[in-house]
Amino acid sequence: MSQLALVIDLNVCVGCHACVTSCKEWNTSGTAGYLADMNPFGKDPTGTFFNRVQTFEVGNFPNTETVHFPKSCLHCEEPPCVPVCPTGASYKRDEDGIVLVDYDKCIGCKYCSWACPYGVRELDEHQKVMKKCTLCVDRIYDESLPENERKPACVMACPTNARLFGDVNDPDSEAAQAIRERGGYQLMPEWGTRPANHYLPRRKTRITIHDDELVRADNPLNKERQLPMPDADDPTLDETTSW
Amino acid sequence: MHPAFSVIFLTTLIGAGQGLYLALYTGQLYEVFKVLPVQDSAHFYAIGSLVAAVLLVAGLFSSFFHLGHPERAWRSAACWRTSWLSREVIALPAFLGMVSAYGLIHYMGWNPVLFTFRDTFAVDLSLLVGAVASLLGFTLFLCTAMIYACIKQLQEWATPLTVVNYTLLGSASGFMLATAFSAWRGSGLTDFFGGWAILITLIALVTRSASLIRNGRIKHKSSLETAIGIRHARIEQKSQGFMAGSFNTREYFHGAPKHVFNLVKWSFLVLVFPVPLVLVSIGLGTHTSSLLFIAFLVQYLGLLAERWFFFAQARHPQNLYYQTVG
Repeated sequence: MSQLALVIDLNVCVGCHACVTSCKEWNTSGTAGYLADMNPFGKDPTGTFFNRVQTFEVGNFPNTETVHFPKSCLHCEEPPCVPVCPTGASYKRDEDGIVLVDYDKCIGCKYCSWACPYGVRELDEHQKVMKKCTLCVDRIYDESLPENERKPACVMACPTNARLFGDVNDPDSEAAQAIRERGGYQLMPEWGTRPANHYLPRRKTRITIHDDELVRADNPLNKERQLPMPDADDPTLDETTSW
Repeated sequence: MHPAFSVIFLTTLIGAGQGLYLALYTGQLYEVFKVLPVQDSAHFYAIGSLVAAVLLVAGLFSSFFHLGHPERAWRSAACWRTSWLSREVIALPAFLGMVSAYGLIHYMGWNPVLFTFRDTFAVDLSLLVGAVASLLGFTLFLCTAMIYACIKQLQEWATPLTVVNYTLLGSASGFMLATAFSAWRGSGLTDFFGGWAILITLIALVTRSASLIRNGRIKHKSSLETAIGIRHARIEQKSQGFMAGSFNTREYFHGAPKHVFNLVKWSFLVLVFPVPLVLVSIGLGTHTSSLLFIAFLVQYLGLLAERWFFFAQARHPQNLYYQTVG
Protein backbone atom coordinates (compact mmCIF):
# COMPACT_ATOMS: atom_id res chain seq x y z
CA MET A 1 0.00 0.00 0.00
CA SER A 2 1.47 3.29 -0.97
CA GLN A 3 1.90 6.23 1.35
CA LEU A 4 2.68 9.52 -0.28
CA ALA A 5 4.61 11.94 1.88
CA LEU A 6 7.15 14.71 1.99
CA VAL A 7 10.69 14.30 3.16
CA ILE A 8 12.10 17.62 4.30
CA ASP A 9 15.82 18.14 4.42
CA LEU A 10 16.62 20.50 7.28
CA ASN A 11 20.21 20.52 6.13
CA VAL A 12 19.43 22.53 3.04
CA CYS A 13 16.28 24.46 3.98
CA VAL A 14 17.22 28.12 3.97
CA GLY A 15 13.93 29.40 5.40
CA CYS A 16 12.87 31.38 2.35
CA HIS A 17 9.12 30.67 2.80
CA ALA A 18 8.74 29.92 -0.92
CA CYS A 19 6.91 26.70 0.01
CA VAL A 20 4.56 28.70 2.24
CA THR A 21 3.60 31.20 -0.43
CA SER A 22 3.36 28.68 -3.25
CA CYS A 23 1.19 26.45 -1.06
CA LYS A 24 -1.10 29.34 -0.24
CA GLU A 25 -1.23 30.42 -3.87
CA TRP A 26 -2.09 26.98 -5.21
CA ASN A 27 -4.58 26.03 -2.53
CA THR A 28 -6.38 29.36 -2.42
CA SER A 29 -6.99 29.11 -6.17
CA GLY A 30 -8.54 25.66 -6.24
CA THR A 31 -12.12 24.57 -6.80
CA ALA A 32 -12.54 23.59 -3.14
CA GLY A 33 -12.73 27.23 -2.07
CA TYR A 34 -10.16 29.77 -1.13
CA LEU A 35 -8.09 29.83 2.03
CA ALA A 36 -9.71 32.71 3.84
CA ASP A 37 -7.74 35.72 5.01
CA MET A 38 -9.71 37.81 7.45
CA ASN A 39 -8.82 41.51 7.82
CA PRO A 40 -5.88 41.09 5.46
CA PHE A 41 -5.20 44.83 5.55
CA GLY A 42 -6.75 45.54 8.95
CA LYS A 43 -5.46 45.75 12.47
CA ASP A 44 -5.63 42.10 13.39
CA PRO A 45 -5.16 40.02 10.25
CA THR A 46 -5.48 36.25 10.31
CA GLY A 47 -5.46 33.62 7.63
CA THR A 48 -5.58 29.95 6.79
CA PHE A 49 -2.29 28.32 5.85
CA PHE A 50 -1.39 24.70 5.25
CA ASN A 51 2.32 25.16 5.59
CA ARG A 52 4.58 27.29 7.74
CA VAL A 53 8.31 27.74 8.03
CA GLN A 54 9.51 28.32 11.56
CA THR A 55 12.93 29.22 12.81
CA PHE A 56 14.71 27.80 15.82
CA GLU A 57 18.04 28.54 17.39
CA VAL A 58 19.86 25.52 18.75
CA GLY A 59 22.77 25.77 21.17
CA ASN A 60 24.45 28.43 23.28
CA PHE A 61 26.13 31.46 21.81
CA PRO A 62 28.56 31.40 20.07
CA ASN A 63 27.98 27.73 19.27
CA THR A 64 24.52 28.27 17.87
CA GLU A 65 22.88 27.01 14.81
CA THR A 66 19.80 28.37 13.05
CA VAL A 67 17.35 25.72 11.98
CA HIS A 68 14.57 26.55 9.54
CA PHE A 69 11.75 24.16 10.05
CA PRO A 70 8.88 23.79 7.57
CA LYS A 71 5.76 22.26 9.11
CA SER A 72 2.64 20.98 7.40
CA CYS A 73 0.33 18.00 7.85
CA LEU A 74 2.46 14.90 8.32
CA HIS A 75 -0.15 12.52 6.84
CA CYS A 76 0.30 10.14 9.76
CA GLU A 77 -0.06 6.43 9.19
CA GLU A 78 -2.02 6.35 12.47
CA PRO A 79 -3.71 9.73 12.18
CA PRO A 80 -5.25 10.67 15.56
CA CYS A 81 -7.46 13.26 13.84
CA VAL A 82 -9.39 10.66 11.84
CA PRO A 83 -11.05 8.38 14.43
CA VAL A 84 -12.19 11.31 16.59
CA CYS A 85 -14.13 12.95 13.75
CA PRO A 86 -17.82 12.49 14.54
CA THR A 87 -19.04 12.81 10.94
CA GLY A 88 -16.40 10.91 9.00
CA ALA A 89 -15.43 14.13 7.20
CA SER A 90 -11.82 13.52 8.17
CA TYR A 91 -10.44 10.44 6.47
CA LYS A 92 -7.28 8.75 5.27
CA ARG A 93 -7.25 7.52 1.71
CA ASP A 94 -6.49 3.83 1.30
CA GLU A 95 -4.88 4.20 -2.10
CA ASP A 96 -2.18 6.75 -1.27
CA GLY A 97 -2.41 7.45 2.47
CA ILE A 98 -3.30 11.12 2.10
CA VAL A 99 -5.32 12.45 5.04
CA LEU A 100 -8.12 14.66 3.77
CA VAL A 101 -11.18 16.56 4.99
CA ASP A 102 -14.49 16.39 3.16
CA TYR A 103 -15.52 20.05 3.34
CA ASP A 104 -19.15 19.13 2.63
CA LYS A 105 -19.38 16.84 5.66
CA CYS A 106 -17.29 18.80 8.17
CA ILE A 107 -19.37 20.47 10.88
CA GLY A 108 -16.49 22.61 12.14
CA CYS A 109 -16.39 21.18 15.69
CA LYS A 110 -12.56 21.49 15.81
CA TYR A 111 -12.24 18.20 17.66
CA CYS A 112 -9.75 16.87 15.09
CA SER A 113 -7.52 19.87 15.73
CA TRP A 114 -7.45 19.00 19.43
CA ALA A 115 -6.49 15.42 18.62
CA CYS A 116 -3.61 16.42 16.33
CA PRO A 117 -0.41 16.90 18.38
CA TYR A 118 1.23 18.91 15.61
CA GLY A 119 -1.29 21.74 15.18
CA VAL A 120 -1.57 21.38 11.43
CA ARG A 121 -5.33 21.63 11.11
CA GLU A 122 -6.96 25.02 10.89
CA LEU A 123 -10.54 26.20 10.93
CA ASP A 124 -11.17 28.30 7.86
CA GLU A 125 -12.86 31.42 9.20
CA HIS A 126 -14.87 31.92 6.03
CA GLN A 127 -15.92 28.41 5.09
CA LYS A 128 -16.14 27.33 8.76
CA VAL A 129 -14.64 23.91 8.08
CA MET A 130 -11.35 22.34 9.05
CA LYS A 131 -8.67 22.56 6.42
CA LYS A 132 -5.25 21.04 6.12
CA CYS A 133 -2.52 20.13 3.68
CA THR A 134 -3.88 17.90 0.91
CA LEU A 135 -0.43 17.08 -0.51
CA CYS A 136 -1.86 18.99 -3.50
CA VAL A 137 -4.09 16.07 -4.31
CA ASP A 138 -5.60 18.21 -7.07
CA ARG A 139 -2.15 18.56 -8.66
CA ILE A 140 -0.32 15.29 -8.28
CA TYR A 141 -2.90 13.29 -10.26
CA ASP A 142 -3.65 16.01 -12.82
CA GLU A 143 -2.81 14.46 -16.15
CA SER A 144 -3.11 17.80 -17.94
CA LEU A 145 0.12 18.81 -16.21
CA PRO A 146 3.49 17.64 -17.51
CA GLU A 147 4.60 14.62 -15.53
CA ASN A 148 7.47 16.38 -13.80
CA GLU A 149 5.03 18.98 -12.47
CA ARG A 150 2.73 16.46 -10.84
CA LYS A 151 4.17 17.28 -7.43
CA PRO A 152 2.90 19.37 -4.53
CA ALA A 153 3.27 23.12 -5.06
CA CYS A 154 5.71 23.43 -2.16
CA VAL A 155 8.01 20.83 -3.68
CA MET A 156 7.95 22.64 -7.03
CA ALA A 157 8.75 25.94 -5.34
CA CYS A 158 11.66 24.92 -3.13
CA PRO A 159 14.80 26.55 -4.54
CA THR A 160 17.19 24.30 -2.61
CA ASN A 161 15.37 21.05 -3.27
CA ALA A 162 14.84 20.59 0.46
CA ARG A 163 11.49 18.91 -0.12
CA LEU A 164 11.32 15.45 -1.59
CA PHE A 165 7.97 13.96 -2.53
CA GLY A 166 7.22 10.32 -3.01
CA ASP A 167 5.87 7.05 -1.75
CA VAL A 168 7.66 6.32 1.51
CA ASN A 169 6.48 2.70 1.41
CA ASP A 170 8.20 2.10 -1.92
CA PRO A 171 11.79 1.24 -0.98
CA ASP A 172 13.07 2.43 -4.35
CA SER A 173 11.51 5.89 -4.24
CA GLU A 174 13.72 8.90 -3.78
CA ALA A 175 11.85 9.77 -0.58
CA ALA A 176 12.22 6.32 0.97
CA GLN A 177 15.89 6.16 0.01
CA ALA A 178 16.52 9.53 1.58
CA ILE A 179 14.86 8.43 4.82
CA ARG A 180 16.84 5.22 4.86
CA GLU A 181 20.23 6.55 3.89
CA ARG A 182 20.21 10.01 5.37
CA GLY A 183 18.71 9.40 8.79
CA GLY A 184 15.12 10.47 8.18
CA TYR A 185 13.12 10.84 11.39
CA GLN A 186 9.56 11.52 12.52
CA LEU A 187 8.22 14.29 14.75
CA MET A 188 6.92 13.56 18.26
CA PRO A 189 7.22 9.77 18.02
CA GLU A 190 5.93 9.60 21.61
CA TRP A 191 2.29 9.77 20.49
CA GLY A 192 2.41 6.74 18.21
CA THR A 193 1.03 8.65 15.23
CA ARG A 194 3.66 7.32 12.82
CA PRO A 195 3.92 10.44 10.65
CA ALA A 196 4.50 9.68 6.98
CA ASN A 197 6.40 12.92 6.47
CA HIS A 198 9.99 12.61 7.57
CA TYR A 199 12.72 15.11 8.28
CA LEU A 200 16.36 14.73 7.33
CA PRO A 201 18.69 15.97 10.06
CA ARG A 202 21.30 18.71 9.87
CA ARG A 203 24.63 17.23 8.87
CA LYS A 204 28.10 18.51 9.59
CA THR A 205 31.03 17.60 7.39
CA ARG A 206 34.00 17.31 9.67
CA ILE A 207 37.46 15.80 9.31
CA THR A 208 39.17 14.46 12.36
CA ILE A 209 42.83 15.56 12.71
CA HIS A 210 44.91 13.94 15.40
CA ASP A 211 47.83 15.85 16.93
CA ASP A 212 50.49 13.58 15.48
CA GLU A 213 49.03 14.22 12.07
CA LEU A 214 50.02 17.88 12.37
CA VAL A 215 53.73 16.87 12.51
CA ARG A 216 54.93 14.68 9.67
CA ALA A 217 56.50 11.92 11.68
CA ASP A 218 57.17 9.85 8.61
CA ASN A 219 58.25 12.67 6.32
CA PRO A 220 59.13 10.95 3.07
CA LEU A 221 61.56 13.76 2.23
CA ASN A 222 63.61 12.64 5.22
CA LYS A 223 64.19 9.31 3.57
CA GLU A 224 64.42 10.50 0.04
CA ARG A 225 66.38 13.61 0.72
CA GLN A 226 69.33 14.22 -1.59
CA LEU A 227 72.35 12.36 -0.41
CA PRO A 228 75.73 14.03 -0.55
CA MET A 229 77.47 13.78 -3.93
CA PRO A 230 79.78 10.75 -3.93
CA ASP A 231 83.48 11.35 -4.42
CA ALA A 232 84.64 11.29 -8.04
CA ASP A 233 86.89 8.28 -7.52
CA ASP A 234 84.30 6.23 -5.67
CA PRO A 235 82.99 3.40 -7.72
CA THR A 236 79.71 4.20 -9.31
CA LEU A 237 76.85 1.78 -9.18
CA ASP A 238 77.36 1.24 -12.87
CA GLU A 239 80.99 0.35 -12.44
CA THR A 240 80.26 -2.21 -9.73
CA THR A 241 77.39 -3.85 -11.50
CA SER A 242 78.33 -3.70 -15.15
CA TRP A 243 81.63 -5.48 -15.22
CA MET B 1 -6.50 25.09 25.47
CA HIS B 2 -8.76 28.02 24.87
CA PRO B 3 -11.96 27.51 26.88
CA ALA B 4 -15.05 27.87 24.68
CA PHE B 5 -18.11 29.07 26.54
CA SER B 6 -20.38 26.95 24.35
CA VAL B 7 -18.66 23.82 25.63
CA ILE B 8 -18.46 25.10 29.21
CA PHE B 9 -22.23 25.66 29.25
CA LEU B 10 -22.89 22.39 27.44
CA THR B 11 -20.98 20.24 29.91
CA THR B 12 -22.17 22.02 33.06
CA LEU B 13 -25.83 22.26 32.03
CA ILE B 14 -26.18 18.65 30.92
CA GLY B 15 -24.20 17.59 33.99
CA ALA B 16 -26.76 19.29 36.23
CA GLY B 17 -29.60 17.81 34.16
CA GLN B 18 -28.17 14.31 34.40
CA GLY B 19 -27.53 14.72 38.12
CA LEU B 20 -31.06 16.01 38.73
CA TYR B 21 -32.56 13.08 36.86
CA LEU B 22 -30.39 10.58 38.70
CA ALA B 23 -31.47 12.18 41.99
CA LEU B 24 -35.16 11.86 41.09
CA TYR B 25 -34.76 8.24 40.08
CA THR B 26 -32.76 7.42 43.19
CA GLY B 27 -35.56 8.95 45.23
CA GLN B 28 -38.12 6.80 43.44
CA LEU B 29 -36.03 3.68 43.91
CA TYR B 30 -35.77 4.28 47.64
CA GLU B 31 -39.55 4.66 47.76
CA VAL B 32 -40.15 1.45 45.89
CA PHE B 33 -37.82 -0.42 48.18
CA LYS B 34 -39.66 1.24 51.06
CA VAL B 35 -36.61 2.94 52.48
CA LEU B 36 -38.41 6.27 52.20
CA PRO B 37 -42.12 7.04 52.50
CA VAL B 38 -44.02 7.26 49.21
CA GLN B 39 -44.42 10.81 47.94
CA ASP B 40 -47.30 12.48 46.24
CA SER B 41 -45.19 11.56 43.29
CA ALA B 42 -46.87 12.16 39.95
CA HIS B 43 -46.21 15.85 39.62
CA PHE B 44 -43.01 15.85 41.63
CA TYR B 45 -41.28 13.46 39.24
CA ALA B 46 -42.98 14.96 36.18
CA ILE B 47 -41.90 18.52 36.93
CA GLY B 48 -38.48 17.34 38.08
CA SER B 49 -37.98 15.52 34.79
CA LEU B 50 -39.15 18.60 32.94
CA VAL B 51 -36.50 20.71 34.70
CA ALA B 52 -33.86 18.09 33.87
CA ALA B 53 -35.01 18.04 30.24
CA VAL B 54 -34.89 21.84 30.06
CA LEU B 55 -31.30 21.78 31.32
CA LEU B 56 -30.36 19.13 28.76
CA VAL B 57 -31.99 21.09 25.93
CA ALA B 58 -30.23 24.27 27.06
CA GLY B 59 -26.91 22.39 27.03
CA LEU B 60 -27.63 20.98 23.60
CA PHE B 61 -28.56 24.44 22.35
CA SER B 62 -25.34 25.86 23.74
CA SER B 63 -23.28 23.18 22.00
CA PHE B 64 -24.44 24.40 18.58
CA PHE B 65 -22.50 27.61 19.10
CA HIS B 66 -19.33 25.55 19.06
CA LEU B 67 -19.95 24.36 15.53
CA GLY B 68 -18.93 26.02 12.29
CA HIS B 69 -21.88 24.38 10.54
CA PRO B 70 -24.66 23.74 13.08
CA GLU B 71 -27.04 22.83 10.26
CA ARG B 72 -24.93 19.75 9.58
CA ALA B 73 -24.91 18.66 13.23
CA TRP B 74 -27.05 15.60 12.41
CA ARG B 75 -24.05 14.16 10.55
CA SER B 76 -22.13 13.88 13.80
CA ALA B 77 -23.95 10.71 14.84
CA ALA B 78 -22.23 8.82 12.02
CA CYS B 79 -18.93 7.75 13.55
CA TRP B 80 -20.01 6.29 16.89
CA ARG B 81 -17.72 3.31 16.33
CA THR B 82 -14.59 5.41 16.79
CA SER B 83 -15.51 8.85 18.11
CA TRP B 84 -16.57 9.62 21.66
CA LEU B 85 -18.00 12.90 20.39
CA SER B 86 -20.25 10.98 18.08
CA ARG B 87 -21.26 8.70 20.94
CA GLU B 88 -22.14 11.74 23.03
CA VAL B 89 -24.22 13.11 20.18
CA ILE B 90 -26.24 9.89 20.25
CA ALA B 91 -26.34 9.47 24.04
CA LEU B 92 -27.56 13.01 24.75
CA PRO B 93 -30.79 12.93 22.71
CA ALA B 94 -31.40 9.32 23.77
CA PHE B 95 -31.11 10.32 27.41
CA LEU B 96 -33.25 13.40 26.81
CA GLY B 97 -35.90 11.23 25.18
CA MET B 98 -35.96 8.72 28.03
CA VAL B 99 -36.08 11.46 30.67
CA SER B 100 -39.02 13.04 28.84
CA ALA B 101 -40.72 9.66 28.62
CA TYR B 102 -40.12 9.11 32.33
CA GLY B 103 -41.64 12.51 33.14
CA LEU B 104 -44.56 11.94 30.81
CA ILE B 105 -45.33 8.54 32.33
CA HIS B 106 -45.50 10.16 35.77
CA TYR B 107 -47.50 13.12 34.53
CA MET B 108 -50.07 11.12 32.62
CA GLY B 109 -50.20 8.37 35.20
CA TRP B 110 -49.44 5.68 32.58
CA ASN B 111 -47.90 3.65 35.24
CA PRO B 112 -49.15 0.07 35.33
CA VAL B 113 -47.42 -2.28 37.71
CA LEU B 114 -45.52 -4.64 35.46
CA PHE B 115 -44.63 -7.23 38.04
CA THR B 116 -44.14 -7.58 41.74
CA PHE B 117 -40.78 -8.50 43.07
CA ARG B 118 -40.87 -10.90 46.02
CA ASP B 119 -44.51 -9.93 46.54
CA THR B 120 -43.50 -6.66 48.20
CA PHE B 121 -41.81 -4.39 45.68
CA ALA B 122 -44.09 -3.28 42.87
CA VAL B 123 -42.10 -2.60 39.70
CA ASP B 124 -44.07 -0.24 37.48
CA LEU B 125 -43.43 1.11 34.00
CA SER B 126 -41.80 4.34 35.19
CA LEU B 127 -39.27 2.34 37.18
CA LEU B 128 -38.29 0.36 34.11
CA VAL B 129 -38.10 3.39 31.80
CA GLY B 130 -36.22 5.22 34.56
CA ALA B 131 -33.66 2.42 34.80
CA VAL B 132 -32.92 2.72 31.09
CA ALA B 133 -32.72 6.50 31.44
CA SER B 134 -30.30 6.18 34.37
CA LEU B 135 -28.09 3.88 32.37
CA LEU B 136 -28.11 6.41 29.54
CA GLY B 137 -27.37 9.17 32.04
CA PHE B 138 -24.20 7.41 33.17
CA THR B 139 -23.34 6.60 29.56
CA LEU B 140 -23.63 10.28 28.74
CA PHE B 141 -21.27 11.19 31.60
CA LEU B 142 -18.82 8.62 30.26
CA CYS B 143 -19.10 9.87 26.66
CA THR B 144 -18.75 13.54 27.60
CA ALA B 145 -15.71 12.92 29.75
CA MET B 146 -14.09 10.48 27.33
CA ILE B 147 -14.17 13.15 24.61
CA TYR B 148 -11.46 14.82 26.68
CA ALA B 149 -9.88 11.83 28.38
CA CYS B 150 -9.22 9.96 25.12
CA ILE B 151 -6.86 12.57 23.68
CA LYS B 152 -3.52 11.13 24.68
CA GLN B 153 -1.38 14.19 24.15
CA LEU B 154 -3.57 16.42 26.30
CA GLN B 155 -2.01 14.79 29.33
CA GLU B 156 -3.97 16.90 31.83
CA TRP B 157 -7.15 15.28 30.50
CA ALA B 158 -5.95 11.79 29.65
CA THR B 159 -6.77 10.20 32.99
CA PRO B 160 -9.68 8.21 34.45
CA LEU B 161 -10.03 11.08 36.93
CA THR B 162 -11.60 13.12 34.13
CA VAL B 163 -14.46 10.64 33.87
CA VAL B 164 -14.78 10.45 37.66
CA ASN B 165 -14.84 14.23 38.01
CA TYR B 166 -17.36 14.85 35.24
CA THR B 167 -19.65 12.24 36.77
CA LEU B 168 -19.27 13.40 40.36
CA LEU B 169 -19.41 17.15 39.69
CA GLY B 170 -22.44 16.78 37.41
CA SER B 171 -24.16 14.56 39.97
CA ALA B 172 -23.30 16.95 42.81
CA SER B 173 -24.89 19.93 41.09
CA GLY B 174 -27.88 17.80 40.07
CA PHE B 175 -28.45 16.60 43.63
CA MET B 176 -28.07 20.20 44.88
CA LEU B 177 -30.79 21.23 42.45
CA ALA B 178 -32.90 18.25 43.46
CA THR B 179 -32.59 19.33 47.09
CA ALA B 180 -33.77 22.85 46.30
CA PHE B 181 -36.50 21.57 44.01
CA SER B 182 -37.72 19.08 46.57
CA ALA B 183 -37.80 21.74 49.31
CA TRP B 184 -39.72 24.05 47.01
CA ARG B 185 -42.25 21.31 46.23
CA GLY B 186 -42.46 20.53 49.94
CA SER B 187 -41.46 16.92 49.30
CA GLY B 188 -40.25 14.65 52.06
CA LEU B 189 -37.18 13.79 49.99
CA THR B 190 -35.35 17.04 50.74
CA ASP B 191 -33.14 15.67 53.49
CA PHE B 192 -32.43 12.57 51.44
CA PHE B 193 -31.32 14.60 48.40
CA GLY B 194 -29.44 17.05 50.60
CA GLY B 195 -27.53 14.25 52.27
CA TRP B 196 -26.50 12.82 48.92
CA ALA B 197 -25.60 16.28 47.60
CA ILE B 198 -23.26 16.82 50.55
CA LEU B 199 -21.75 13.35 50.23
CA ILE B 200 -21.19 13.58 46.44
CA THR B 201 -19.75 17.08 46.74
CA LEU B 202 -17.31 15.84 49.39
CA ILE B 203 -16.19 12.90 47.24
CA ALA B 204 -15.88 15.23 44.25
CA LEU B 205 -13.67 17.50 46.35
CA VAL B 206 -11.32 14.57 46.90
CA THR B 207 -11.24 13.47 43.26
CA ARG B 208 -10.99 16.98 41.80
CA SER B 209 -8.17 17.77 44.23
CA ALA B 210 -6.51 14.53 43.17
CA SER B 211 -6.60 15.63 39.54
CA LEU B 212 -5.28 19.09 40.48
CA ILE B 213 -2.37 17.48 42.32
CA ARG B 214 -1.76 15.09 39.44
CA ASN B 215 -1.79 17.89 36.88
CA GLY B 216 0.43 20.05 39.06
CA ARG B 217 3.12 17.40 38.96
CA ILE B 218 2.64 16.37 35.36
CA LYS B 219 5.69 15.74 33.19
CA HIS B 220 4.96 16.55 29.58
CA LYS B 221 6.18 13.94 27.15
CA SER B 222 6.65 16.36 24.28
CA SER B 223 9.34 19.01 24.24
CA LEU B 224 10.96 21.19 21.62
CA GLU B 225 13.45 18.35 21.18
CA THR B 226 10.80 15.89 20.09
CA ALA B 227 8.79 18.60 18.31
CA ILE B 228 11.54 19.38 15.82
CA GLY B 229 13.61 16.25 16.36
CA ILE B 230 16.86 17.91 17.35
CA ARG B 231 18.61 16.66 20.43
CA HIS B 232 19.83 19.67 22.35
CA ALA B 233 19.09 21.00 25.82
CA ARG B 234 18.79 24.55 24.57
CA ILE B 235 16.46 25.14 21.66
CA GLU B 236 14.74 28.49 21.33
CA GLN B 237 12.15 29.49 18.81
CA LYS B 238 13.12 32.63 16.95
CA SER B 239 10.11 32.83 14.67
CA GLN B 240 6.81 30.96 14.38
CA GLY B 241 6.72 31.90 10.73
CA PHE B 242 4.12 34.67 10.78
CA MET B 243 3.26 37.82 12.68
CA ALA B 244 -0.52 37.88 12.28
CA GLY B 245 -2.92 35.67 14.23
CA SER B 246 -3.85 32.16 13.24
CA PHE B 247 -6.04 29.30 14.37
CA ASN B 248 -2.98 27.88 16.11
CA THR B 249 -2.46 30.95 18.24
CA ARG B 250 -6.16 31.30 19.11
CA GLU B 251 -7.50 27.81 19.72
CA TYR B 252 -4.81 26.39 21.98
CA PHE B 253 -3.84 29.29 24.25
CA HIS B 254 -6.19 30.53 26.99
CA GLY B 255 -4.41 33.88 26.99
CA ALA B 256 -5.30 34.71 30.58
CA PRO B 257 -2.58 36.19 32.80
CA LYS B 258 -1.16 33.96 35.51
CA HIS B 259 -3.03 35.71 38.33
CA VAL B 260 -6.39 35.35 36.56
CA PHE B 261 -5.66 31.68 35.93
CA ASN B 262 -4.92 31.15 39.62
CA LEU B 263 -7.90 33.26 40.66
CA VAL B 264 -10.23 31.05 38.63
CA LYS B 265 -8.72 27.96 40.24
CA TRP B 266 -9.25 29.21 43.76
CA SER B 267 -12.71 30.59 42.97
CA PHE B 268 -13.92 27.24 41.74
CA LEU B 269 -12.37 25.47 44.71
CA VAL B 270 -14.30 27.81 47.03
CA LEU B 271 -17.53 28.09 45.03
CA VAL B 272 -18.00 24.42 44.14
CA PHE B 273 -17.15 22.86 47.49
CA PRO B 274 -17.19 24.75 50.84
CA VAL B 275 -19.75 27.47 50.11
CA PRO B 276 -22.53 25.20 48.79
CA LEU B 277 -21.78 22.68 51.53
CA VAL B 278 -22.30 25.35 54.21
CA LEU B 279 -25.35 26.80 52.48
CA VAL B 280 -27.01 23.45 51.98
CA SER B 281 -26.32 22.41 55.57
CA ILE B 282 -27.90 25.62 56.89
CA GLY B 283 -30.72 25.30 54.35
CA LEU B 284 -31.49 21.74 55.42
CA GLY B 285 -31.35 22.70 59.09
CA THR B 286 -33.65 25.68 58.72
CA HIS B 287 -35.79 24.32 55.86
CA THR B 288 -35.28 27.40 53.68
CA SER B 289 -35.71 26.42 50.06
CA SER B 290 -34.30 29.74 48.82
CA LEU B 291 -31.02 29.03 50.60
CA LEU B 292 -30.88 25.59 49.01
CA PHE B 293 -31.48 27.13 45.62
CA ILE B 294 -28.72 29.66 46.22
CA ALA B 295 -26.45 26.74 47.15
CA PHE B 296 -27.15 25.21 43.73
CA LEU B 297 -26.59 28.51 41.92
CA VAL B 298 -23.30 29.16 43.71
CA GLN B 299 -22.11 25.66 42.92
CA TYR B 300 -23.17 26.02 39.29
CA LEU B 301 -21.27 29.29 39.05
CA GLY B 302 -18.28 27.51 40.55
CA LEU B 303 -18.64 24.72 38.03
CA LEU B 304 -18.48 27.24 35.19
CA ALA B 305 -15.14 28.37 36.63
CA GLU B 306 -14.13 24.74 37.14
CA ARG B 307 -14.80 23.94 33.49
CA TRP B 308 -12.96 27.06 32.32
CA PHE B 309 -9.99 25.99 34.38
CA PHE B 310 -10.25 22.42 33.11
CA PHE B 311 -9.79 23.66 29.55
CA ALA B 312 -7.24 26.36 30.30
CA GLN B 313 -5.02 24.01 32.27
CA ALA B 314 -4.57 21.54 29.41
CA ARG B 315 -1.40 22.31 27.51
CA HIS B 316 -1.46 21.17 23.93
CA PRO B 317 1.90 20.05 22.51
CA GLN B 318 1.29 22.11 19.37
CA ASN B 319 1.95 25.18 21.55
CA LEU B 320 5.63 24.24 21.41
CA TYR B 321 5.61 25.41 17.79
CA TYR B 322 4.06 28.79 18.61
CA GLN B 323 6.23 30.36 21.29
CA THR B 324 7.70 33.40 19.55
CA VAL B 325 6.21 35.67 16.92
CA GLY B 326 9.63 36.60 15.65
